[in-house]
This record gives sequence, structure tokens and C-alpha cells, in this order.
Amino acid sequence: MPVQSTAAPARAGSRLCVRCGERKAALKRPKTLEQICRECFYIVFEDEIHRTIVDNNLFKAGERVAIGASGGKDSTVLAYVLSELNKRHNYGLDLFLLSIDEGITGYRDDSLETVKRNEIQYGLPLKIVSYKDLYDWTMDDIVKAIGLKNNCTFCGVFRRQALDRGAALLKVDKIVTGHNADDIAETVLLNILRGDIARLSRCTFITTGEDGPIPRCKPFKYTYEKEIVIYPLHDIFQSILRCIYSPNAYRGFAREFIKDLERMRPRAILDIITSGENFRISTTTRMPEQGTCERCGYISSQKLCKACVLLEGLNRGLPKLGIGRTAKSGAGADGNGERQGKRPERNRSSLHGKHGNLDF
Amino acid sequence: MHLTLEFGGGLELLLEKSTKVHKVDVPPMDGEVKATMKGLLSWVKSNLIKERPEMFIKGDSVRPGVLVLINDCDWELCGGLDAELEDKDVVVFISTLHGG
Repeated sequence: MPVQSTAAPARAGSRLCVRCGERKAALKRPKTLEQICRECFYIVFEDEIHRTIVDNNLFKAGERVAIGASGGKDSTVLAYVLSELNKRHNYGLDLFLLSIDEGITGYRDDSLETVKRNEIQYGLPLKIVSYKDLYDWTMDDIVKAIGLKNNCTFCGVFRRQALDRGAALLKVDKIVTGHNADDIAETVLLNILRGDIARLSRCTFITTGEDGPIPRCKPFKYTYEKEIVIYPLHDIFQSILRCIYSPNAYRGFAREFIKDLERMRPRAILDIITSGENFRISTTTRMPEQGTCERCGYISSQKLCKACVLLEGLNRGLPKLGIGRTAKSGAGADGNGERQGKRPERNRSSLHGKHGNLDF
Repeated sequence: MHLTLEFGGGLELLLEKSTKVHKVDVPPMDGEVKATMKGLLSWVKSNLIKERPEMFIKGDSVRPGVLVLINDCDWELCGGLDAELEDKDVVVFISTLHGG
């Protein structure tokens, strides 16, 4: 057996893969700290996602499933892996790509090009729904009307609903999103920081909205972002675009904190998810009651859903309607102060949409 | 020493004309017998980064969330900051901090 004769610090790829013992290791897996080669990495990466899908019964044969596709790395890898696993393991799924066009010139129009390429590469039908069609406002128009403050609120609220509406048009049974383990750990922390107990208790669920019309699930719940970035390294979609409007600074802090922790102890990401899963919410905590919006019928814990309140503000030239932690606008302004006062946390928390990803 | 440096995941935005691939000639660092990643990072910071260096560097290393690959190999396997570089190496930097 050949021996590495020099005692010098390991030069690139001088150690062998712990899995096959034949090829040179190319990656240190954050989850296990194992050193593995690229070929074995593809196998374990895809196998783990398959196991997550099977162990959590994410899909049933014959289901129609929409992949929320932003053109970013996560949803692009998800679309590829899911279409491969569907063929390899005969899930029997009808897969679709579903994209939201927020109407941000120079940002979304570019990333939609990626999605259109994926449509051809992976042979998955693509549906694009736009804010313009759904709300008659593009994000460019909204920013012109309200400026650069709070625009992420509009974008986040509208996007969540747009994804559901697009899914309804496609008549799918489920939506999958590319949220990864880092995203979920970050969201656990953010919900703690905001005191958002309702979201804290559900943000670690691998499937949400099972009581609603279209459940959503996250096959990458246990997949590290590092591995998602490395997975397609030689593919063409390494250009990652940044929204031109706003950085969502608070989430940025949480993100950086997670990455700092990961450097010191990569397991921290999975451990935060485990902590989130195992929180027990005190029985005296008031939780929002889910109902439906009186105007559009969308799921809402208020009389009017957030999107309708925001839209009303835009159309009446009062864009501050529904913005801000003390806002009791929309539903509150129409009366029913008693329901409002009961759930102050709901108003506050729904203001923060995740930036860059579909959904939040 | 000739190196090929690639920047992705948004890091290219910190460089002149947002160029992703840079073929560079890195001079030997003061007091170093062999070129290391540590020396390369400080060279990149002074010679290539045009704005917001804090998006790339934190302390004397890359900012957490930036992946580094040396000749397609995770730099964590090559010794990290102490990894030694050789002529014609390809070093890739990818940020994971820009959403998905």
C-alpha cells in the first residue's frame, strides 16, 4: 500500500475517502466531520435526502408536487435532486416548477432565466405567477410608492400567498421549498429573538399547513448549506443574485451568528434544530387562532389577511397601513379590537419575510 | 507564483467589474518560506477587493459562511489557513451568505 511519506501538512487531497478508501477525500462533511471524496459525497448527499423523504412520509405516489423555484442555489439543487430521486426510487410524483415574479427589474428577471433553463434541463413544466397579475403591483411600483423601508414586508407577505395561489393554479397536492438546515436553525433563533412562540413551535416541522389547502414541506431540513453549495460546483448556476432593494439586516445577524457557530462546532446547526423541535410551549401561552380572510378567503388569524391589508394601503395611497409593530390597521380599524388585543405577537411577526428565498 | 482565483456566490460583487475569475501572480509573502492561504487572503484583501472587505474577511480568515476550495478540495482538509499553495493552484471562494 502506498504510504504518504512526507510528514508535511496535508496537501490537497492527500487523504483517502473514509467511505470508499480508494479515492482522495475532497470534502469534510459538516454533519459528521467525515472526509469523503466527491463521488461518495454525491451518493450520501442524495441518499440522505431520500431517507428524509421516506422516513417522514413526505409524499404519496401519484401526488402532484410544485417545487418553489427562485432560481437560487437551494431550489435549483432541490429541483434536480427531487427529479432524479423521483425517477430512481419510483416515487410516482408529477413534479412542477413554480416561480414567483415579484417584478424586480435586474434581479428576478435574471433569476427567472435560471428557472427557465431548469425547465428544459430537468424536463419539468414551469409556472410563473407574478405580483403584477395577482395584485396589479410590481415590487418596483411598490418601492416607488413606499420607498426602501418596509418593502421586504410587502414582498414577503405577497410571496407567501403568491406561492399558494400558483400552487392552486397548478392543482398540486403539495409545495416543496429549498429551505436547508442552516435556514431552519436561523429561523429558530429569530423566532426566539422575536418572542414569536407560534412560529417557533412550527418552524421546525418538516411539513406545515397540513390543515390548510396545500401543505408545504422541506426535504432539505437536515441538509447543510455548505453541501448544497458544493454539490453543483461544476454546473452553470454559480451566479447568485442579490435583491437590489434591501438586505433584511436582522436576519443577516442571525445568519452570521449561525455561521460563526458552525465554524467552531458544525453540529451546532443540527442541535439548534433539535432544540427548536423539542421546545414545549407553556399551556398558558395564547396562540393565534387560524381563520380565513373575509375578503379573499386566504388563511388568516385576523379578519383580513396581511396581504389584503397591505394591498388596501397601497391602493388607497396609505402604504403605511399594516406596517409597524403597533399597527392595528386593516382588520383592527374595522372594529373587533378584542381579537386584536389578544394577539399582539402576530402583528409583529408577520412583518418579517425571509429575503431571497421563496416563503419565509 | 501563478494562481487562478475564482469568486462566487456574490463575492464577485466585491471585486472590480464583478469579475469572477482572476489569473494572478502572487509574490512571496514577507517572512514566508512557502506561500500559504493566510498570505493569499491578505494579498487578495489588499489587491483585489474593492469594497466591503468585511464580506470576505473576518479576523485573519475568511468570513464564516465563505467556502474555500483548493484544487477542488475543501480547504478544511488541506490545513485551512496553513494550507500551502503551489504554482498553478486553483483557489475557489464561494459565499453562502446571500440567501437562496
